[in-house]
Amino acid sequence: MKRICMLSALVAAMFATAPLFMGNFYLNLGSQMMIAAVFALSFNVLVGYAGLTSLGHAAFLGLAAYLSAWLTTRAGFGHGAAALLSIAGTTIVAGLFGLVALRASGLGFLMITLALSQVLWGLAYRWVSVTNGDNGMTRLTRPMPFDVSIESAASFYWFALIVTLVAFILITIFVRSAFGASLQGTRDQGRRMSALGFNVWMIRWIAFIYAGFWGGVAGLLYVYYNKYIHPSSLSITTSAEGILGVIAGGSGTLIGPIIGAALITFLKNFVSSYLDRWNMLLGFVFLIIVVVMPDGIVSGVRWLNARIRELCK
Amino acid sequence: MNNRTGVYALETIRLNKQFGGLPATQDVSIRVRPGERRLLLGPNGAGKTTLFNLITGESLPNSGQIKLFGKDITRLAGHQRAHLGMSRTYQIITLFPRDTLQHNVALALLGLRRSRWDIFRSMSDDLMIEARRVLNLVGLDHLAGQPISQIPYGEKRRVEIAMALAQKPKVLLLDEPLAGLSSAERTTIKSLIAGIPRETSVIMIEHDMDTALDLAETITLLHYGKVIVDGSRDDVVADARAREVYLGH
Repeated sequence: MKRICMLSALVAAMFATAPLFMGNFYLNLGSQMMIAAVFALSFNVLVGYAGLTSLGHAAFLGLAAYLSAWLTTRAGFGHGAAALLSIAGTTIVAGLFGLVALRASGLGFLMITLALSQVLWGLAYRWVSVTNGDNGMTRLTRPMPFDVSIESAASFYWFALIVTLVAFILITIFVRSAFGASLQGTRDQGRRMSALGFNVWMIRWIAFIYAGFWGGVAGLLYVYYNKYIHPSSLSITTSAEGILGVIAGGSGTLIGPIIGAALITFLKNFVSSYLDRWNMLLGFVFLIIVVVMPDGIVSGVRWLNARIRELCK
Repeated sequence: MNNRTGVYALETIRLNKQFGGLPATQDVSIRVRPGERRLLLGPNGAGKTTLFNLITGESLPNSGQIKLFGKDITRLAGHQRAHLGMSRTYQIITLFPRDTLQHNVALALLGLRRSRWDIFRSMSDDLMIEARRVLNLVGLDHLAGQPISQIPYGEKRRVEIAMALAQKPKVLLLDEPLAGLSSAERTTIKSLIAGIPRETSVIMIEHDMDTALDLAETITLLHYGKVIVDGSRDDVVADARAREVYLGH
C-alpha cells in the first residue's frame, strides 16, 4: 500500500511538472490524452460498472461541445454560463436518452444508444443553419477560468489536468459508494438485486445520467482544446474509440480507462506521424491486448505482478 | 396467528400464468398464515418455481391476485415487494461471485435501506458489522472475507439463506434450499431453517421428503399447474391423490 501511495505521488508530481520540461507537442498530446481519459472514465461507468455497453456515448461529448460552441458564438453567452448550460442540457438529454435506451439491455441497449447518437450526428450534419453542417463551427474561443488564460499549451494542460483529476476523484467516489455497490450488483445479478429491494431500472438510469454528465464534461474540454467542432465528434467512431480505450485499459477498473485512452491517443497522434497505416497498428495492438490480456491492461499487469512475486519467492 | 381478522400473510387468488399456449399455473389459490411453515410439492414442471416468481414479482400473472397481509401486491414491482417484507432464495445459486461473503450479505441489508442511493459514501460500518452478525448466525463468520467464487457449494447455499434472513422478512420463499447438498450439509441447513423466527412465514419448495416433511406444517401439492391437495401435513400425506401424484408409496 505504501509503495502504491509513493508511486502515485511520483506519477502525480511527474504529470503536474511536465510543462516545465516538455515541449508543446507533448503537452498537447498530454491534453488530448486527458480529454480522452475523462471521456473513457465516464464511459466506464456504463460499460464497466453498470454492465451496459453503449455505442452512443459520443452523443454526450458532441452535444456538450456543440451546445457550448453555439451558446458562446450564436447566443452571446459568456463561457461560464455557457459551460453550465451545456452540461445541464447534456445531462437532461442523457436522462431522456436513458428513458428510451433502458427499455432494453444487452444488444438492444447497444443498438438504441447507437441510434440515438446517430440522430444527433445527423442533426449536426443537416441542421446547417445552427451547426454549420459539415464545415463545423470554427473560430471558437477558450474560457478564462478565474481570469486565467488557458491559451498556451502549458496552461491548457494544467487546466485539463485539474478537470481530469476532479473527474477521476468524483467517479471513484461514485463507484465506491453504496450506490456504486448497488450498481455493480445490478451488473452481476439483476434479478437478485430486484428481489433484494433494489430498483434496478432506477439505478441504471441514474448511472446513465451520471455517465452522460461526465461525457459532457469531456465534450467541453474537447471543444475548448480544439476551438472547433465537427459532426464527427458525435460519430460512432468517437464512441468506438472511447469503448476501445475502456476495454484495452480494463473495464470496471478505476485507472484502466485512463491508460487505455492514453494509449489510443498516443497511437492516433504520435504513431500516425511516422506511420501512414496507424489504424492497422491500432488494430494489431488491440489484437495483442485481447489475446494476451483479455481483461485489459490493468488486470494483465496485476496478473503479471502476482506471477513475478510468486517466482521471486 | 392473525386468522381472527382474516388477514393472511400471503394469499394468492386464482393465479394464472401462461407461457405461450402453455399454462404454467392454473387458478392457484393458496393462503398462508403468519408464521406458517408451508411446503410446496409437485413433480418437475408442476409450476412451483413459476408460482414463486409470480409471488415475488419476477413475472406477472395473466390473471389473478396476490395479497401480502391483505394488501394487493399483484401489480407491484419485485423490489417494492421486498420492501413490504418478502424475501426469497434461488434454486440455482444466485450470488455475487466476485464479491466477499460479507459484501453479499451487506447488499441484502443495503437493499432495504435508504443509504442505497448514497453516491458519496461507501457502505457504512454498521452495515458491515450487521452482515458479519448474520454470517455468524449461519456459521460462516470465518469466511466473511472470502469471495463467493472461492467457497464450496454447501457454503454458498448457506449464504443464499443468510441473505434472505438478513432482511428479516415477514414472508420467506425458499426454492429448494437443500438441492445438491450432502447429508451432513442437509442437517446444517435443516436446523437453520428450523431456527427461522416465528414472525416469518416460510414457503418452501423441496424434494427431500425426509427433511421437508419434518419442517412443514402444511402442504400444497401442485400438478400441471393446479393445486391438487392443500391442507395440514398429515392430511396431505394420507391423501390418496397425493400418494398417486407425488409421494408414490
